[in-house]
Amino acid sequence: MSDSLTYAYYPGCSGTGTSIEYDMSTRAICAELGITLTDIPDWSCCGSTPAHTVDHTLSSALSARNLALVEKMDLDTAITPCPSCLTNLKTATHRMEKDVFREKVNNLLDTPYQGGVATKSVLQILVEDMGVKALKDKTVKPLKGLKVAAYYGCIMNRPPEVMNFDDPEHPMAMDNILTALGATVLPFPLKVECCGASFGIPRKDIVMNLSGKLLDAAKDIGADALATACPLCQMNLDLRQDQINSSGGTNYDIPVFYYTQLIGLALGLSEKKLGIDKLCVSPRKVINAIGRDEAS
Amino acid sequence: MEIVNITKSYDANFVRQVEDESGQIMSQCYQCGNCTAGCPYTFVYDQPVNQIMRLVQAGQKETVLKSKSLWLCATCESCTTRCPNNIDVAHIMDVLRHMARRNGYSPVPTVKSFWDSFLSSVENNGRAFEIGLLVSYIAKTGRFWTDLDLGPKILPKGKMHFTPPNMQGKEEVKKIFNRFREESRK
Repeated sequence: MSDSLTYAYYPGCSGTGTSIEYDMSTRAICAELGITLTDIPDWSCCGSTPAHTVDHTLSSALSARNLALVEKMDLDTAITPCPSCLTNLKTATHRMEKDVFREKVNNLLDTPYQGGVATKSVLQILVEDMGVKALKDKTVKPLKGLKVAAYYGCIMNRPPEVMNFDDPEHPMAMDNILTALGATVLPFPLKVECCGASFGIPRKDIVMNLSGKLLDAAKDIGADALATACPLCQMNLDLRQDQINSSGGTNYDIPVFYYTQLIGLALGLSEKKLGIDKLCVSPRKVINAIGRDEAS
Repeated sequence: MEIVNITKSYDANFVRQVEDESGQIMSQCYQCGNCTAGCPYTFVYDQPVNQIMRLVQAGQKETVLKSKSLWLCATCESCTTRCPNNIDVAHIMDVLRHMARRNGYSPVPTVKSFWDSFLSSVENNGRAFEIGLLVSYIAKTGRFWTDLDLGPKILPKGKMHFTPPNMQGKEEVKKIFNRFREESRK
């Protein structure tokens, strides 16, 4: 581990709202691990899915505005917790390698983006720059006894040519981290299956079906909890868990953590700092169980 | 799949346009069906994704552009990741949505309204303003009961803001949208 882990940080819109606990726990663990996050000043929305369904130049321009801001910061790497932001930033970078496309995008911007900023997920720098061993060494409250399913969501690692991290079908980054922290990570067959994404509002039936399958699979393998890396996945599985129960006649009661919250618990950070109270399905029983095992 | 008389309705321009806009070569698809096998959305599609690919090859512009599938694809990248011929299928689906929009097709109006509400929120605020976009979505669709049950769960946790985000450069973002519209008119 080097002392100079410094990155431009892109919280993303949900990080300031619906996934505030992802942002809080990310900032808290980075501070604890000696990773410096400098917020991209006056960052704007990446356009998420809606922008790329309208036009690729528009979508890339919304991302490139932020990358141009990073260029001014004299930092070479931008990181974000959110896979949707990540995929937009990375896709823009990838497509703008072509001169004609870069010119079209830059025509829409006040400040053109030259290229050259690397974009990574927080998960990626944790395993590649910090290292799983360093995380293990800093663990003061191991997650002993926690049986967890690591759920990556669909776009953190796909398509591989663009995302360029871990495995597109069987990613292991979160599995490896959580195992190092003392948890029992169960083999979860749906780790990259889509949760229904942003259809929660316009076509709830889709999310009920797809997220329902995920909860069903998690229950089947005996998971006490799910670990997620995506604000939308977390929201579909946690906030909508009651809706899924009503629509499918089920009674799931599975807490859905951000993996950064679990890291924070293992590092001994307070629940308040990690925004544990922001979760909808109460994780109380699960957290108490980890505590009891630790005491025994 | 319905029977299509391709000698009568083959539109070569359509095929060329999809190829130009997506950078993909349509004839490379040999209908293995891998994209459909992995697509989580087939259960709500009117045409499975491999059939969309085949219909594009067959130049069936109207059938493709009015397909609901284009609006129900979440760009989860399963198809692209698993295509044995390295065709970026999700990119083609995106391009088809662009073309459907330009041609005025909107077979799943709730999805289009939601995406449009999201984008106008970004255009006006620089960042997504969730409550604002919900209000705009409800105004567009009349679906005032949308997720009312979630309010009591999420509001006390302070995870939604009642005022738009405070972003200084929001005019800059607005200009991106304006310039995009100017360019599109050319």
